[in-house]
Amino acid sequence: MAPVIEATGLIKKFGSTTALDGLDLRVDEGEVHGFLGPNGAGKSTTIRVLLGLLRSDGGTVSLLGRDPWADATELHRQLAYVPGDVVLWHNLTGGEVIDLLGRLRGGLDEGKRGKLLEAFDLDPTKKGRSYSKGNRQKVALVAALASDVPLLVLDEPTSGLDPLMENVFLEQLAQVRAEGRTVLLSSHILSEVEQAADRVSIIRAGRVVDSGSLADLRHLTRTSVEATLTSPPHVTDVERWPGVQAARQDRDRFVLSVDTSSVGEVLRRLDTHGIAAITCQPPTLEELFLSQYRDELATADDAPKEEVRA
Amino acid sequence: MTSLAGTGPLLRLAWRRDRWLVLVLVLVMAGLAYSTMAATLDLYPTDAEAAAGAKVMAENPSITALYGPLPSLTAAGVGVIKTVMMGSLFGAFTAFALVRRHTRSEEEEGRFELVGAGVVGRRAPLAAAVLLAVGTVVAAGLLSALALMGTGVDTTGSVALGTVIVVAGLVMAGVTAVAVQLTSTTRGAAGIALGVLGLAFVIRAMADTATGGGRHLVWLSFLGWAERVSPFGGNRLWVLLLALGATGVLLVVADVLLHHRDLGAGLWAARTGPARAKPALGSAVGLAWRLQRGSLIGWTIGYAVLGLVVGSMAKSVDQIASNPGIEDMLRKMSGGNGSVLDAFLGTELRFMAVGAAAYGIAAALRLRGEESAGRAEAVMATATSRWRWVSSHVLVAALGSLWLLLVVGTCAGVAAASTSGASFGAVLGAALSTWPAVLVCVGLTLALFGVLPRVSLLAWGLLAVFLLIGELGAILKLPDWMMGLSPFDHLGHLPGGDADLAGLVGLLVVALAALEVGAAGFRRRDVAT
Repeated sequence: MAPVIEATGLIKKFGSTTALDGLDLRVDEGEVHGFLGPNGAGKSTTIRVLLGLLRSDGGTVSLLGRDPWADATELHRQLAYVPGDVVLWHNLTGGEVIDLLGRLRGGLDEGKRGKLLEAFDLDPTKKGRSYSKGNRQKVALVAALASDVPLLVLDEPTSGLDPLMENVFLEQLAQVRAEGRTVLLSSHILSEVEQAADRVSIIRAGRVVDSGSLADLRHLTRTSVEATLTSPPHVTDVERWPGVQAARQDRDRFVLSVDTSSVGEVLRRLDTHGIAAITCQPPTLEELFLSQYRDELATADDAPKEEVRA
Repeated sequence: MTSLAGTGPLLRLAWRRDRWLVLVLVLVMAGLAYSTMAATLDLYPTDAEAAAGAKVMAENPSITALYGPLPSLTAAGVGVIKTVMMGSLFGAFTAFALVRRHTRSEEEEGRFELVGAGVVGRRAPLAAAVLLAVGTVVAAGLLSALALMGTGVDTTGSVALGTVIVVAGLVMAGVTAVAVQLTSTTRGAAGIALGVLGLAFVIRAMADTATGGGRHLVWLSFLGWAERVSPFGGNRLWVLLLALGATGVLLVVADVLLHHRDLGAGLWAARTGPARAKPALGSAVGLAWRLQRGSLIGWTIGYAVLGLVVGSMAKSVDQIASNPGIEDMLRKMSGGNGSVLDAFLGTELRFMAVGAAAYGIAAALRLRGEESAGRAEAVMATATSRWRWVSSHVLVAALGSLWLLLVVGTCAGVAAASTSGASFGAVLGAALSTWPAVLVCVGLTLALFGVLPRVSLLAWGLLAVFLLIGELGAILKLPDWMMGLSPFDHLGHLPGGDADLAGLVGLLVVALAALEVGAAGFRRRDVAT
């Protein structure tokens, strides 16, 4: 199956700053693909290149098998986009904007439109200037989700939404996925991507530094083990156990950072010291993200690498 | 008063953002005052020579309608007449732009919230904006007065010219201060303030061309006050007190309104609208029309009134046409074979064409406004091609300006034909024949937008240059090629005279080429945010 989005070695420069520095991205049909990175990593720039709003300075990119710069108009019939910073026309109502964007794209599903307005609890008669940030976001979301297009490109779609509405959004996203549509979901909100995404690409300083399913990525990282022991060993001994990357002792309580592949061995050794209480946490996306980000800080500042994970 | 707390820092912020603009504006104004006076003194070294030349001018209604009566039959009086009109409009526009920019625009963009959460009193933004505007017009007035003194003319008259600028600027600062309280949008505020300015101009023009007691009606218009300072004539410096009083009253009104509304809101509340879009709002052109129709309606009303006013002046022009001196001069202006009336109408319609070009530029600049606000991105992420999006706003600019010329030509034609011997068809034809020049301005705006988007606003600078070439080119004895840089120099001599067919075709070619350059440039570049 040909990928819906494929970019290789994408480069985009703005004057002397390099926004995209050889970015590779692959999104397959029917998947919700999380596009994760800190502010300024190049998420929005990538999306704008994919939409043909920006012209890349190098590398190749294809969307649904076509060139997003040359075939922008045709491609845009098959996708819906929610920008990261939704700006509405001051004197158009939310309902008018939803209809307008739908018609400009080539039509929208009336049934879905009504249901979405209800689900998001959005008043379509207010003028653009009187909506709050969250409500502007809802207008763009309804306009995009009410379409029947095969590809959704969402740039930080939940920014400004309250937790209740964030849940509504995740439900809608699950529906979209059930319909077999493809979604590129950019975010810096890790829990959201963790709940919704099949696969994740982590972007940092204009490059994708890691890509794969959440399970794949977790293998690369460490599990956090927290144990209270009845006969605690010396912490320097524990640090030398195979697979233990870091250890911290607080009286009889130990907090270990363990290679996920060595968790079994470490548990066996802990058991010999009498386990009074234990919790094992798989790495959260947050930790994936922090470990990527920390590398960047370390190389940037040349600072000594410190274990900040607890 | 704590409600004024923070005025100082806000004023410094405003100055920091606008200092170059303010400096350039003030210097350009003083430079204009100096160069027109120096050139006139060069042309008429003595008052006697000036009086001979100016007699014709003093009785020419098309000059009176635009600039007001000649202050005096002296060389300095002739040298200042255009500066009086331009100076008062300069003062008014500067005050309007600065007050609006630092009050309503800031609120609408939401930037004021950032500042307003600090130790900033309720009155502080308005106070800072008015202080900046007043400071700027006073500086322009002082520097213009000094510039005139530099040409060797008398001090009182020079100070009077500075007073003209300050009078118009002060009152317009007050008018704008009230306007920005009334509506919650920058555009709405502009509509009210510029509407008042337009009305002031029309009242002044009608009163100045009226006969007998009607002339006193000029005092109903604040532009009339500025004009009646009459530098190198009556030198009525006391008019400044009148302006101060009026400005004080307007500011008190603005202050009362300010205390009756919320931050971000206007006194007139924003209404809700339809939940569904009408079928017309389903294409790029439909959107462009929806966004721009309000302003076109405003312009249409203004142009209908202006057309009627100009047309109805035809009667008094006919009456003075018996003076052989004027007849000779106007004949020359009209290309030699038109009547006095034709020459008058031709001059006025050419000014209307510059106004229509201003509309066209503003409408075309919507492209840049939509782009930098980030709204263009949403449209171009749909199946709307770049070409379609660009052409939607260009279409509104081009056809909207043609419509305005049709309106002003029809109104002026009807009014002129019913009160004088002018022909309706000739007037309408003359109005429409200026369209190619307007189209060149729209084309140049698009070219800037497509190729140099960051400096799109330079389109206004180009229009100002074209206007100055037309107004001052002859006085400053600019070479022909330089005069020819203005598209309004190639329009021929309609009505009555000959149309410059080659010129009109040339303008159309330039306009189309510029449009193509702009569209091609935009297709090749990134959509900026």
